[in-house]
Amino acid sequence: MAMSGMRGLSVFISDIRNCQNKEQERLRVDKELGNIRTRFKNEKALTPYEKKKYVWKMLYIYMLGYDVDFGHMEAVSLISAPKYPEKQVGYIVTSSLLNENHDFLRLAINTVRNDIIGRNETYQCLALTMVGNIGGREFAESLAPDVQKLLISSSCRPLVRKKAALCLLRLYRKNPDVVNVDGWADRMAQLLDERDLGVLTSSMSLLVALVSNNHEAYWSCLPKCIKILERLARNLDIPQEYTYYGIPSPWLQVKTMRALQYFPTIEDPNARRSLFEVLQRILMGTDVVKNVNKNNASHAVLFEALALVMHLDAEKEMMSQCVALLGKFIAVREPNIRYLGLENMTRMLMVTDIQDIIKRHQAQIITSLKDPDISIRRRALDLLYGMCDVSNAKDIVEELLQYLSTAEFAMREELSLKAAILAEKFAPDLSWYVDVILQLIDKAGDFVSDDIWFRVVQFVTNNEDLQPYAAAKAREYLDKPAIHETMVKVSAYILGEFGHLLARRPGCSPKEIFGIIHEKLPTVSTSTISILLSTYAKILMHSQPPDPELQNQIWTIFKKYESSIEVEIQQRAVEYFALSRKGAALMDILAEMPKFPERQSALIKKAEDTEVDTAEQSAIKLRAQQLSQTSNALVVTEQSHANGIPPGGQLSLVKMPSISSNVDDTSAGERLSQENGTLSKVDSQPPSADLLGDLLGPLAIEGPPVIHTRSSSNSGLEGTVVEATAIVPAGEQTNSVQPIGNIAERFHALCVKDSGVLYEDPYIQIGIKAEWRAHLGHLVLFLGNKNTSPLVSVQALILPPTHLKMELSLVPETIPPRAQVQCPLEVINLHPSRDVAVLDFSYMFGNDRVNVKLRLPAVLNKFLQPISVTAEEFFPQWRSLPGPPLKLQEVVRGVRPLPLPEMANLFNSYHLTVSPGLDPNPNNLVASTTFYSESTRAMLCLIRVETDPADRTQLRMTVASGDPTLTFELKEFIKDQLVSIPTPIAIRPTQLAPASPVAQPSSAPASLTDPGAMLAALL
Amino acid sequence: MVFTILPEREIQELRNYATLWSGRDSKLFIKGGSRLYASLYFCICNDEEDNELETLAIIHHFVETLDRYFGSVCELDLIFNFHKAYFILDEILIAGAMQETSKRTTLRLIAAQEDLVEVAKMEASSLSNIIAQATK
Repeated sequence: MAMSGMRGLSVFISDIRNCQNKEQERLRVDKELGNIRTRFKNEKALTPYEKKKYVWKMLYIYMLGYDVDFGHMEAVSLISAPKYPEKQVGYIVTSSLLNENHDFLRLAINTVRNDIIGRNETYQCLALTMVGNIGGREFAESLAPDVQKLLISSSCRPLVRKKAALCLLRLYRKNPDVVNVDGWADRMAQLLDERDLGVLTSSMSLLVALVSNNHEAYWSCLPKCIKILERLARNLDIPQEYTYYGIPSPWLQVKTMRALQYFPTIEDPNARRSLFEVLQRILMGTDVVKNVNKNNASHAVLFEALALVMHLDAEKEMMSQCVALLGKFIAVREPNIRYLGLENMTRMLMVTDIQDIIKRHQAQIITSLKDPDISIRRRALDLLYGMCDVSNAKDIVEELLQYLSTAEFAMREELSLKAAILAEKFAPDLSWYVDVILQLIDKAGDFVSDDIWFRVVQFVTNNEDLQPYAAAKAREYLDKPAIHETMVKVSAYILGEFGHLLARRPGCSPKEIFGIIHEKLPTVSTSTISILLSTYAKILMHSQPPDPELQNQIWTIFKKYESSIEVEIQQRAVEYFALSRKGAALMDILAEMPKFPERQSALIKKAEDTEVDTAEQSAIKLRAQQLSQTSNALVVTEQSHANGIPPGGQLSLVKMPSISSNVDDTSAGERLSQENGTLSKVDSQPPSADLLGDLLGPLAIEGPPVIHTRSSSNSGLEGTVVEATAIVPAGEQTNSVQPIGNIAERFHALCVKDSGVLYEDPYIQIGIKAEWRAHLGHLVLFLGNKNTSPLVSVQALILPPTHLKMELSLVPETIPPRAQVQCPLEVINLHPSRDVAVLDFSYMFGNDRVNVKLRLPAVLNKFLQPISVTAEEFFPQWRSLPGPPLKLQEVVRGVRPLPLPEMANLFNSYHLTVSPGLDPNPNNLVASTTFYSESTRAMLCLIRVETDPADRTQLRMTVASGDPTLTFELKEFIKDQLVSIPTPIAIRPTQLAPASPVAQPSSAPASLTDPGAMLAALL
Repeated sequence: MVFTILPEREIQELRNYATLWSGRDSKLFIKGGSRLYASLYFCICNDEEDNELETLAIIHHFVETLDRYFGSVCELDLIFNFHKAYFILDEILIAGAMQETSKRTTLRLIAAQEDLVEVAKMEASSLSNIIAQATK
């Protein structure tokens, strides 16, 4: 079938096909491009037919992968051609050649719009298709209303309306604001009554996008979705042409069930019942057949139904039915279905009470580990990992170990990590755990990270019963002819520590152990040599009475390495040599390593970091939940003082002598006032610059503003006292370090910007970076250790006020030297409130426990979005909110005097958009903003401030919104800002300067080496 | 979702990409039609959360529609009539979503478009005849 009438194009395509090689093809293409370029230069001389032909050629060349950097204008200009054939080519070629950001598209907006609002439905179709495929934000803003009109117009035929629905979907994705929720929800529900299945299919895709953003507005669509699903699943009134391999439109079924999954739940019992009936029908009615295409379609529907069943939290009976089905699928011939079966079973793990039923399929899942398709093997591994518990750990881990020898390299690291974690968590006994890890190292040494062997050493060290067994095992492995270097490390370490426990066994005398370890030395790297040297020193220490021959051998080795160019090895050799000549003193110094403190497994942390896939995530989540039911075989012995860390409570390291006498007197009262939740004392303090305000949070800035001026005058002694007590908060801890910089100022700065330093002291810097979107916040805390030694026992606790839902990701217990860790913190604003969240942060540095309570800048104004309103919008709204409690007025006195423009800036910085000139009185100020929370959703707030030019310390403020609490809270919030704008630190210059032992680095070179400063620079 | 029709020599490359994207055999994402469609390969990207089997069904539906249009579609049909493939695709998918799942309706619309082009051509030729005669 040749291209009708376009000989030139067919000839060109034939030429290209006849080219012998890429070079020839390139020459032919270049020639053609040259030709087209010349012809386009004189555009006027081209007939519409020629123009059409050349743009098709351009598109063909572009499809072959060549750059076509000219002629776009010609393609776009065809859109405005008067005749259908040219217009059609213009639209198609434009949407293939250009992307949504191309400048030329802007030129076409008007023509496109004219085609959409015009009467010619074929033109409407062309325009809607192009906009639906490449329309960008600008198209969204200028065309959405017209497209919406077409979609709901009763005079439009289905062929236009289905295109309009998807075009609107694209525009909505580009800019969700173009669909006005209030007006559109009802229309959307009406659209679902559509009989034409083409229009219905398109509308359903649109609905999925809409409900995924805001399910609440579209509740009315829910029963209709169930109706549609019933109609399809029962095959009622579905035209033959809409069935696909006998299945009534699988695409519409899938989309409908997808839409249903965005509604949190279905409460209406009738709706729920009929939906479950339909789902039951789908679950029972699907079978694996011979035809691949039918299988794909029916299983697309089935897997969507499974997802919906899980989402609706169905009864256990139905869930077990689902698992049984999945069990069937993971055994079928078709890889796609096996894959999805495993993936969905992994998702099922999250459903409670189902795990036992899943375990029945364990054998089949293990078989899937040997599947020819790697992705299926991966899924099987995830599932096994997720379903493992104390009861089946032995079987599963041993299967994984077996599989390790044959697994491809790409999977080995993940496999060994997972095996190690499972072994650690669910070991029925300790010796089994040691066996597993040693086997792991033996079989896949290259893929066993240091974490894994560190961990086994920790366990062995902390469990005395295990030591002889581990030593014996290590000794066995050393007999093997070629062992992995990691095995050399772990064996040498264990034998150095516990080899003496084997002394009576054959082949285990110190000399023999030394001999077999030393054999490995020539083959290992420098890091292992260091370990070997330590082992030799330990063996020497344990051989009592000293064996002169062994001693000489080892001394010779030390001597040899004293001149090693590796500093680490050299140092060890020199020191061990010197130590080993000290006789009895050696015993103390080289005694057995103390027990390790209990810590979170670095492995699990690592696993969390490396995995991203959703199915895997559910497995990980499950793991986290199971922490409580871990095997008790592996309990690292309780934290002892063996490592020389005395309990923090005994330390009293208040380094401010003038304070200590006050501590006892005031702390009791302090505790009392804290319990009552009121802080009468604080009121007399200027809210900034005082630590108490920071420590104890939001109440600090209450208090009548008049006092503000007074307090600054008597800030001398009294200020010192309160500040001192502030360092000793409710608990017993004492902070021996002083913050660098002013915590309150830092907090206030962060209230108006989204990134910066929240807290800093000589050891740590806490930075914050936030993103706010509507009622949601995504914060990242950057914890930077400024020192060369680690910060340990790091704890971060969020004390959220009732209106915020906050979730802080796991904070590592230890921050390595000069390292920075990032901890994401998710915030959801439930309802309006000025309360402030507090971060209770503590760490140990050396013997000092430092504890600070920091206000987090998740404050009310973060949930405000600036919005400017016109006079026509403002006044009707203003009038529609008549008075209290929706509109509140207050005369505020004691305002910090501010010129009006500065006050406007202040308002704007808090996202309260000032509309200049809206109020006829130049001394007044009118502002508007949108507040977001879960209870209020987006809510417009209006503010009016009337100032008195004669007395700038007082003003009258009126705040209005559709929610009484919001009105009140916002009014109080603004008042706080007006009366207590952060006061400069100068009020009490004596306070902070001597308190900080380390001056903040001010010179540029210093800040380059200081990670804290680098962090600040990054932010 | 983006649809592109690629010539044969990029297929190997494509397979590599597919393996790269998904880390698995190219089966789920690329449908190799060696059984039915000789040298035609179809590749479709979908979002993480999309239903993969549904995506496969979309590909097959497109192939069946092409089949009906060309009468057992082959590589040459698509190479010499790539514009037709675009027209048909635009009648099936917009913004990456299905707009019409009835093959009959889709092909009816394609036929209507072709009629429009024919009519325009006839008008043009009759018009140029008139002009030709008038300027004789």
